[in-house]
Amino acid sequence: MISLKYDIPFIHSLLKEVKDPEIPVLNIADLGVLRDISEENGELVITITPTYTGCPAMDTIEADIKSVLNTHNIEAKIITSITPAWTTDWMSEEGKRKLENYGIAPPAEKTSDKSFLSGNSKPVRCPLCKSEDSVLLSQFGSTACKALYKCRNCQETFDYFKCI
Amino acid sequence: MSDKEALFEYLIRLGDNSLILSQRLGEWCGHGPLLEQDIALTNVALDLVGQARIILSYAGEVEGNGRSEDDLAFFRDEKEFRNNLLVEQPNSDFGATILRQYLFDVFQFYLYSSLSKSRDERLKAFAEKSLKEVTYHKKHSADWVLRLGDGTEESHQRMQSALDELWVYTDELFEMDEVDQILIEKGIAANPEEIRASWDKDVQSILTEASLSIPDTMGYMATGSRKGHHTEYLGYILAEMQIVPRSMPDAKW
Repeated sequence: MISLKYDIPFIHSLLKEVKDPEIPVLNIADLGVLRDISEENGELVITITPTYTGCPAMDTIEADIKSVLNTHNIEAKIITSITPAWTTDWMSEEGKRKLENYGIAPPAEKTSDKSFLSGNSKPVRCPLCKSEDSVLLSQFGSTACKALYKCRNCQETFDYFKCI
Repeated sequence: MSDKEALFEYLIRLGDNSLILSQRLGEWCGHGPLLEQDIALTNVALDLVGQARIILSYAGEVEGNGRSEDDLAFFRDEKEFRNNLLVEQPNSDFGATILRQYLFDVFQFYLYSSLSKSRDERLKAFAEKSLKEVTYHKKHSADWVLRLGDGTEESHQRMQSALDELWVYTDELFEMDEVDQILIEKGIAANPEEIRASWDKDVQSILTEASLSIPDTMGYMATGSRKGHHTEYLGYILAEMQIVPRSMPDAKW
């Protein structure tokens, strides 16, 4: 049996300390940004994927990964891969719960539903008052991954994490 | 022309379209007619910059001369850029911007759908990922074309003027030359004729519904970007985009 140099589950738990810079309640595992931790020729290789092609948080996330590993004297090669393409389907249920508690409505459906693009999408629940009587204000919100909604019940606006 | 040269040229065309259009949309930052649309245009611009970064990085690798995405974006002159003339046209008013965006979004949508089947693995992965974002761009711009075209008398008039101006730049999107032929044969590039058919159908349908008429350009269509011949606008766009790195080429972030 070949023994590995690195304790992968331990590394995984370390990397869960790396948060999304924009949505600090989510870590990169919740988001599905962390794709793989493996050992290749004695080298630790970590694969991450950007949510959107232009996501400006990726440099920060890479730096944070290096930093967290550094505190344990671990070095790694970090690879950014765009395939398979990131999808909100990879967001964990816990991640969705954390999002809603933070005040951002999580993706309402699976991308296989496709209804989100035709306009016949599932109603989006207001993260504040939980009413489903909400209306889309704009397809684009404070970051590339979010849209802007307004709740007709409590009158507050909120961000919605778009299905992609 | 070698396969490598053809691929580099093809990638530059893709990357420059995303880069220059992104730069144009960035000009709207803080000047949008509504906060939501200011944010929308800049979000689209960000997606396009992401596309440009991925494709230009790949182009640099293919070329094999050590040029990075930054080298290609900031240290090439006008004549070396290969973006279509459509994307360098002025922003003008919001209607003209969103119409230009719509015509381009439909083009990118069918182009990337086709490239999602490319035999070049990197291009295929790029197209699959970007197509998801482009689908949102297309929905957004189409909705606004309808809303403004079939809107008030003033919005309709502005949209029709914009269409009268921009239509001459559309044929160029579907030009085919040796670069395309070489790569189509290898199953790498998309076939402009096929994309054109889908584009025509989509665009005719939306423009009709928006009560806009396609102008009679009397057979004239603008061309030249394949040879690096651009409209006078590109020089100004590049000046603004490139001034900082060119002034301080040794600067490090």
